[in-house]
Amino acid sequence: MYKNVLQQIDNVQVWPIISFVIFFLFFLFLLWHVFTADKSFIRYMKKLPLDDKNNSLPVNEKTSNS
Amino acid sequence: MELDKFSYDNKIVKAFIIATVIFGLVGMLVGLTIALQLVWPVFNFEFQYTTFGRIRPLHTNAVIFAFVGNAMFAGVYYSMQRLLKTRMFSDTLSWIHFWGWQLIILSAAITLPLGITTSKEYAELEWPIDIAITLIWVVFGWNMIGTILNRREKHMYVAIWFYIATFVTVAVLHLVNSFEMPVSLFKSYSWYAGVQDALVQWWYGHNAVAFFLTTPYLGMMYYFLPKAANRPVYSYRLSIIHFWSLIFIYIWAGPHHLLYSTLPDWAQSLGTVFSIMLIAPSWGGMLNGLMTLRGAWDRVREDVVLKFMVVAVTAYGMATLEGPLLSLKNVNAIAHFTDWIVAHVHIGGLGWNGFLIFGMLYWLVPRMWNTKIWSNKLANFHFWIGTLGIIFYALPMYISGVTQSLMWKEFNPEGFLVYKNFLETTVQILPMHMLRAFGGFLYLTGAIVMTYNLVKTAYAGSFIANEATEAAPLVKTESSGGGWHHWLESKPVLFSALALVAILIGGIVEMVPTFLIKSNVPTISSVKPYTPLELHGRDIYIREGCVSCHSQLVRPFRSEVERYDPLGGEYSKSGEYVYDHPFLWGSKRTGPDLHRLGGKYSDSWHYNHMLAPDAVSSGTIMPAYPWLFEQVIDKTTTAKKIKALRTIGVPYEEDYESRANDDLDMQARRMAENLQLEGIEVEPDAEIIALIAYLQRLGKDIKASRSAENNLTTGNQ
Repeated sequence: MYKNVLQQIDNVQVWPIISFVIFFLFFLFLLWHVFTADKSFIRYMKKLPLDDKNNSLPVNEKTSNS
Repeated sequence: MELDKFSYDNKIVKAFIIATVIFGLVGMLVGLTIALQLVWPVFNFEFQYTTFGRIRPLHTNAVIFAFVGNAMFAGVYYSMQRLLKTRMFSDTLSWIHFWGWQLIILSAAITLPLGITTSKEYAELEWPIDIAITLIWVVFGWNMIGTILNRREKHMYVAIWFYIATFVTVAVLHLVNSFEMPVSLFKSYSWYAGVQDALVQWWYGHNAVAFFLTTPYLGMMYYFLPKAANRPVYSYRLSIIHFWSLIFIYIWAGPHHLLYSTLPDWAQSLGTVFSIMLIAPSWGGMLNGLMTLRGAWDRVREDVVLKFMVVAVTAYGMATLEGPLLSLKNVNAIAHFTDWIVAHVHIGGLGWNGFLIFGMLYWLVPRMWNTKIWSNKLANFHFWIGTLGIIFYALPMYISGVTQSLMWKEFNPEGFLVYKNFLETTVQILPMHMLRAFGGFLYLTGAIVMTYNLVKTAYAGSFIANEATEAAPLVKTESSGGGWHHWLESKPVLFSALALVAILIGGIVEMVPTFLIKSNVPTISSVKPYTPLELHGRDIYIREGCVSCHSQLVRPFRSEVERYDPLGGEYSKSGEYVYDHPFLWGSKRTGPDLHRLGGKYSDSWHYNHMLAPDAVSSGTIMPAYPWLFEQVIDKTTTAKKIKALRTIGVPYEEDYESRANDDLDMQARRMAENLQLEGIEVEPDAEIIALIAYLQRLGKDIKASRSAENNLTTGNQ
């Protein structure tokens, strides 16, 4: 059944163009978004991986051994 | 606010690290073995379980799913807990994931040498293992999403997005590509046939590279590189754009594996266009990684972790520029089916994945064992021998690829192929293959040195199984500005759904039209289903991994038509493959294409060639297949095979399965009698008979259609 449905889609070739347009608009939206994003939030996110204590060696307290 | 006290689970990370190192060594050792086999066939050991065709998938699976896969899980489990400030959702799920994955690897290591394979690249494992992979993948996702929901950090750092995209997309890829019709516990036929199977397979294959070898590693780059450099990522804004553009565009580029094939032109062009577009996000990511080191380049000179990571990110940049260039049809015409592609994937595999893993391990192990790296000198030695290994691997392969391709295409002034015998082009590149094996040897040596160094490090320190920490619990608050993505990063489920939508668009647009069989696959009336004997032969061809070295796709080039079908002048057509479950186009021509092989040589030629290839074509690197002459065709499966194929659309008559073995016996007896006339005594039920029957069938149907046309034209005159 579904094959018949798909076969009746006219101009199926236009699909790639539509999805390209969707992506392009989304991309522009992303650009707009990141350039207007809150600076303090960006700074906060950037620092996230460095937020825990094990950046230098050796630092961790031993809690258990195995 | 009172801080929650909890601990990070390092034990699971340790387990994945150990698995990474062990399977890394195994995968590379198998890689070195097959590299030697491509120079000296003696390394096939005339033993069916160690021939190139069977252990080449063992190498790719071991390296991709065992080495890179386990390292991915180690990196994900380590970084995710810390980025989300919580322990993994469930220790039990973590361990089910770990042991389940190792069992899958073990079953791959057993079944592949046994010849149990679907033959679809990087998806060779048979259906019961496919189901196991699905289950374990769900466990991984469940554990991951659970951890995200339990987090104490409101916002998900960019690494987590990459992990989510990995989980979601690999699930989709695996499910769609693994649609197969079981025949028995260890045999199935791909649900799709011919062109469609090819499209689905390379949509999968390409995106397995994207979402198994790339996105999780980008996530790890975004975590471990800033950690190692001890400075934040260069641009978080760029990382947002990098993520969304990469996952959206990557999924479209699969058809670049099928340029000049019989895939519809519009789909090929789509693959090319999106591949070129892919340069932007890939290089955005690479630059973001490298620029993170701005102001810290002096440390790269001293810190071996950073050295590995810089080379890894650079290799990523090189491979992701080379990939799009290879997707241009004019470049692809030269590179496809040659060693160039092998060089390309190894820049990615050895450089990007391998070196990022090594860098991560040298960073992680000392921290998890609360000590310093045992020997910096040895780590530096590993870095240099590994880098040399990559160079010794890749450069000869580039030279070999271009050399062979140009030899394939060279015509003399009279208009004939200069190197008519394919073997001349193979022999020419053997010195390059020797150098490549040497490169692989250097790389493996480095990995062995690393193993020693890491073990020594671990013994010198003491393992922190549960790393105590504390963090403020997550308080539910309304989003306080920061924009749309800010909000989205606090909504993991919605985020996953959006990532799924982004990757589905590309897949759907490519697949749906190609599945409209009528408009895209011209049917050729003379193309008929395989006879039962040929079907068994085809399954032997699949079992022995012939597709690893022989393509079945004559591209529409004068040089290929002249070489493979000089009399008929036919390149491959989509309609020829309609009963091919799975398709067997191959991706590398170590030997010649076989799509027009039928009728080119006598049965006795094939018989002697399979028994002692070197005696028939002196200097060949093809291994001998003596077991095909002793083993008998398993006729008990014939009926099941016919039934399974009929279910998925091959027009065998109703109830044909009850007569199939009679037809098989008749055809086999006839062939054995013919061989007897040439002085060869062979049992009609020997496997070699089935294989020869299949090889002789290749390209026959299109020849039949041509002679029918010729008769028609003659009749009309």
